[in-house]
Amino acid sequence: MVNLGIGSLWLVALTSAFMGAVITIQSAYNLVNPMVPLWAVGIVARDSIIIEFSPTIIMLVLAGKVGSNIASEIGTMRVTEQIDALEIMGINSSGYLVLPKIIAAIIICPVVVIVSMIIGITGGWIAGDLSGVVPSADYLKGLQNQFLPFNVTFAMIKTVVFAFIITSVPAYHGYYTNGGALEVGQSSTKGVVNSSILILIFDYILTQLILA
Amino acid sequence: MIEVDNISKQFGDKKVLEDVSCVFEQGKINLIIGGSGQGKTVLMKCVVGLFEVDKGRVLYDGRNFSEMSFGERKPIRQEIGMLFQGGALFDSLTVEQNVTFPLSMFTNMSVAEKRDRANFCLQRVNLENVNKLLPSAISGGMKKRVAIARAIAMNPKYLFCDEPNSGLDPKTSILIDELIKEITEEYNITTIINTHDMNTVMSIGEKIIFIYKGKKYWEGSNNDIMQSQNKELNDFVFASRWMKAVKQHF
Ligand SMILES: Nc1ncnc2c1ncn2[C@@H]1O[C@H](COP(=O)(O)OP(=O)(O)OP(=O)(O)O)[C@@H](O)[C@H]1O
Ligand SMILES: [Mg+2]
Repeated sequence: MVNLGIGSLWLVALTSAFMGAVITIQSAYNLVNPMVPLWAVGIVARDSIIIEFSPTIIMLVLAGKVGSNIASEIGTMRVTEQIDALEIMGINSSGYLVLPKIIAAIIICPVVVIVSMIIGITGGWIAGDLSGVVPSADYLKGLQNQFLPFNVTFAMIKTVVFAFIITSVPAYHGYYTNGGALEVGQSSTKGVVNSSILILIFDYILTQLILA
Repeated sequence: MIEVDNISKQFGDKKVLEDVSCVFEQGKINLIIGGSGQGKTVLMKCVVGLFEVDKGRVLYDGRNFSEMSFGERKPIRQEIGMLFQGGALFDSLTVEQNVTFPLSMFTNMSVAEKRDRANFCLQRVNLENVNKLLPSAISGGMKKRVAIARAIAMNPKYLFCDEPNSGLDPKTSILIDELIKEITEEYNITTIINTHDMNTVMSIGEKIIFIYKGKKYWEGSNNDIMQSQNKELNDFVFASRWMKAVKQHF
C-alpha cells in the first residue's frame, strides 16, 4: 500500500499539475466581469482544488490504480487457494488481508491528496503566469484571501471516506471471486467501477451533509 | 484418527455429497479416489472446515469439529497441514518465508529457530538453495515440495493432500508419494490424500475410499481393489487398457 501510494505519486503529480493549470485558465476565462478583480481567480482555483478536485479526482484516479491492484491481488489469492491456505491455518483471512490495506490507505491517501493540492495550486500559478492570463502577483494575492481552514478539514474527511471505499470495495470483490483468471479480471473491473460510483455518491452526500 | 459421520453437502440445488461416512486412520495413508468432479475436493474441504457441512459431523480424535466456532477450531487447525491442488504458496513471499509463515503466526520462535526449522523441512523434501527464491521462480514440482514443507512445518497431526501429484511427471510423482508416506510413518500422522492416480493408489493406498457421484461406493485397501466386484469402482480403476491387462494377470 505504501508502495502503491508512492508508485502513484507521478500519476498524481501529473494529474494535479494539469488540473490546476486548466482550472486557473478556465476561471480567468469565465471572469470577464470588470467588477470582479483578477485576483479572484486565485481564490476560485485554490478553493476548487482543495474542496473538490484534489480529493475527488485524485481519489478517482487512485480508485483505478489501487482498486484494480487490490481486487486482482486478493482475487488471485482466492482462485489459487491461498486464502484457503490461510483459513486452514486458523487465520481470519479477510481481517488479515484486507484490514492492513484499509488502514494504510487511510493514512497514505490524505498525504497524497495534500501533495496534490500543493502541486495543483502551483500548477495553476505557473500556467497563469506563463500564459499571461493571470499575473503572478494577482494569483498569490488571491491565494491568501478569504482562506477557510475548514475547507482543508472537509477535504480530509472526504479523502478518508474515499480511501475506505477504494480499498474495501475492490477487496470485497476480490475476496468473493469464484472461478479462475477470467473472473479475477471481472472482479477487478467491478471493484473499480463500483468504488468510483460510490465515491461520486459519497461526494454528493458529504457535501450536502457538511456544507449545506 | 478422523471420523466422518454421515455428512452431506449441497451447493444450491446440487447435491455434491450425500451421507458420506468414513474413518481416516492414524499413521496410515488414507486415500479418497474417484473421477473428476465426483466430490473429492469438496469432501476434503468439508472435513477441514473450508466448507461447512449441511448435515453430519466430523470428529478429530473424538473432538466434534463440526460444532465448534471459528475460535474453538483454532487449536485443531494448528494441528492440520494441507497441501492444495495448486500448491497455494503465498506468491509475495519467498520459499523460506512461506515455510516459516505458520511458525511466525503461531509460535514464539526466534528468527534463527524459524530458519533452522525451515531448512530442516526443506531438506526433508529434498530442496536446497531455493530459500530466497519467489514461488514464481521455481518449477511446479518444486512448488509442491515447498507446499509440503510448509504443511509439515508445524509438525501436524493431520495432513491433507489434494492431488499431490497432478501435473507432475511420473518420476516426480513417485518421489512425492514416497515422501508423504515416509513423513506419515515417521511422525505417525493421519494422512488423507485425494487422487485419481492409479499408481499412487496401488503403491501407497493403505486405506481407500471410493467416491462416485457424491456417495461412498466402496472402501478397502490396495490389495482388495483388484478383487472388487463393484462395477463403478472397476469402471474407474480399469478404465485404461493397461490396468485391464494388469487385472488379467492377477
Ligand atoms: N464452491 C462450489 N460451488 C458450487 N459447486 C461446487 C463448488 N465446489 C465444487 N462444486 C461442484 O461439486 C462437484 C464436485 O467437485 P470437486 O471439486 O469435489 O470434484 P473433484 O472430485 O475434486 O474433481 P477433480 O478430480 O477434477 O479435482 C462438481 O460438480 C463441482 O462443480
Ligand atoms: Mg479436486
